[in-house]
Amino acid sequence: MSMEAILLSLRLAMTVSVILLVCALPLAYWLAFTGWRGKFLLESVIALPLVLPPTVLGFYALMAMGPRGVLGQAWQALFGHPLAFTFSGLVIASLFYSLPFAVQPLVASFESLDRRLLDAAAVLGASRWRSFVRVVVPLAWPGVITAVVLSFAHTLGEFGVVLMVGGNLPGITRTISIDIYDRTQALDYSGAHQTALLLLLVSFVVLSIVYGLNRKVWTPWPHR
Amino acid sequence: MAASLENGPLSVDIRKQFPSFELRVQHEFPAGFTVIFGPSGAGKSTLLDCIAGLLRPDTGAIRLGSTIYFDELKRVSLPPRARRVGYVFQSLALFPHLTVEANVGFGLDKVDETERRQRIEEVLRAFRIEPLRKRKPAELSGGEKQRVALARSLVTRPGLLLLDEPLTGLDAGLRQAILEDLRAWNEAQRIPILYVTHNRDEVDAIGERLITIEKGRVGVSGTPRSVLDAPQTVALAQAAGFENLLDAHVVELRKADGVMRVLLAGGSELEVPLGVAQPGDRVKVAIRAGDILLANAEPHGLSARNILQGIVVSREERGALVALQVSAGAMYQVHVTPVAARSLQLSPGKQVWLVVKTYSCRLVTPR
Repeated sequence: MSMEAILLSLRLAMTVSVILLVCALPLAYWLAFTGWRGKFLLESVIALPLVLPPTVLGFYALMAMGPRGVLGQAWQALFGHPLAFTFSGLVIASLFYSLPFAVQPLVASFESLDRRLLDAAAVLGASRWRSFVRVVVPLAWPGVITAVVLSFAHTLGEFGVVLMVGGNLPGITRTISIDIYDRTQALDYSGAHQTALLLLLVSFVVLSIVYGLNRKVWTPWPHR
Repeated sequence: MAASLENGPLSVDIRKQFPSFELRVQHEFPAGFTVIFGPSGAGKSTLLDCIAGLLRPDTGAIRLGSTIYFDELKRVSLPPRARRVGYVFQSLALFPHLTVEANVGFGLDKVDETERRQRIEEVLRAFRIEPLRKRKPAELSGGEKQRVALARSLVTRPGLLLLDEPLTGLDAGLRQAILEDLRAWNEAQRIPILYVTHNRDEVDAIGERLITIEKGRVGVSGTPRSVLDAPQTVALAQAAGFENLLDAHVVELRKADGVMRVLLAGGSELEVPLGVAQPGDRVKVAIRAGDILLANAEPHGLSARNILQGIVVSREERGALVALQVSAGAMYQVHVTPVAARSLQLSPGKQVWLVVKTYSCRLVTPR
């Protein structure tokens, strides 16, 4: 069992779910309340990781982050080192990979809100921001928890994207699933099993805690 | 109570096109109650949403005193939060995750803490909901929720109050009590209060002024009695509690007596007040079920001019009244008290005489 890989995966999953929450809240709010006709296009883009093989996503992420990619060049110019095969690169790729898991539960819970409550807040003098913080988020709380948990759990177990953009650098990009893969390839079944079992248990415990604490978290997908 | 800001009348002159109808309202609402009465789906709530800024009219202007809420020509449209409007929605829309106190205080975030406390206390007392302060909306009764919603919308000292059927589902006593508290509050504020309802009882309870809205248009305005006693459309007559709406055509005008005779579709004749009509014109006659008298034997020496012989067809107990259907040329709905129904032995098959005063018959006359 590799503690280093486990800690790295946990660090990655936490970083990604925190950043995702911050980005997905306004994005989901906008998607839920906009009257823009073209929003289905954006919805499709966000949902792409649900259907694409992770290797496809990882491939394009690698192209973008490489020394000739837009993202890679910008990163090089800003920080003076390449982006591909770093922890930051892994975080950025994972953000896209787990985006639908954060956005969809949020959109679903925002859409189920009673619009008259938002009207009431507006008539009572609340700005959009105040009504978001005091009314929308508290009432959509189950959706917020679901979004965080799903993006955490999804990032924790990712493999294809990491393999493509992260490679296999111990302590930097060598996550749990890569570790398991490596050990299996090397016929170290008992090592692979220990790590796999731990990942299984951690995922199960996290999900049980959340579902146990929050009876209303019951669906990752919007009903539309 | 502190003196309020200057409050002016609300003047509305707007149009808004919807797929199924056009809202077109031109009216000035002075301080005090104005009841907006009309059938469901007539555009009443839509009008309130336009005034509050939740919907945007296509053209026209809305002003409260000297404040321009909306002016299409001047390209002004204040957002709802800047309009100082109190609005109690039909669904009340209390914040389910906040206590009564927090709900009431929601609109006071820009007021300093001491004054905020003081104003919340004042309004909780005025609407008799102090003991409920720590409860959540789910733990309140219907009447309590309605009191909280009123308190929440008034604590911000709005220049205008919009009430969308805020007291439906309450019994008359409770409704009267809440209305009294609201009236007492408005003694000091004197703001325009627009009270939307399609319930005849609430109209009577509020009094003052009334306008009717039907298919997006203002019908008539005046005192509740003058408007509702002369309904101008079938839908309005139904909403105003005229259970009998009979098709007829005019037979004879007696201008000297101020009456005319009409022939009902079923063959019987009625004497009704003189209307703007010519012999042969089709009219609708509206009669309240409670305005028809029943007799066991043919009555003589009455001032009432319409006496019809008929047979009770059906009988239905409805709490404090008995609803009868009586066939007498046409089918009449008649309401009597349970005691009267017992003493006259009114049940299906019973022969009766109907007595209808000329002035209990109203003509439904579209303008």
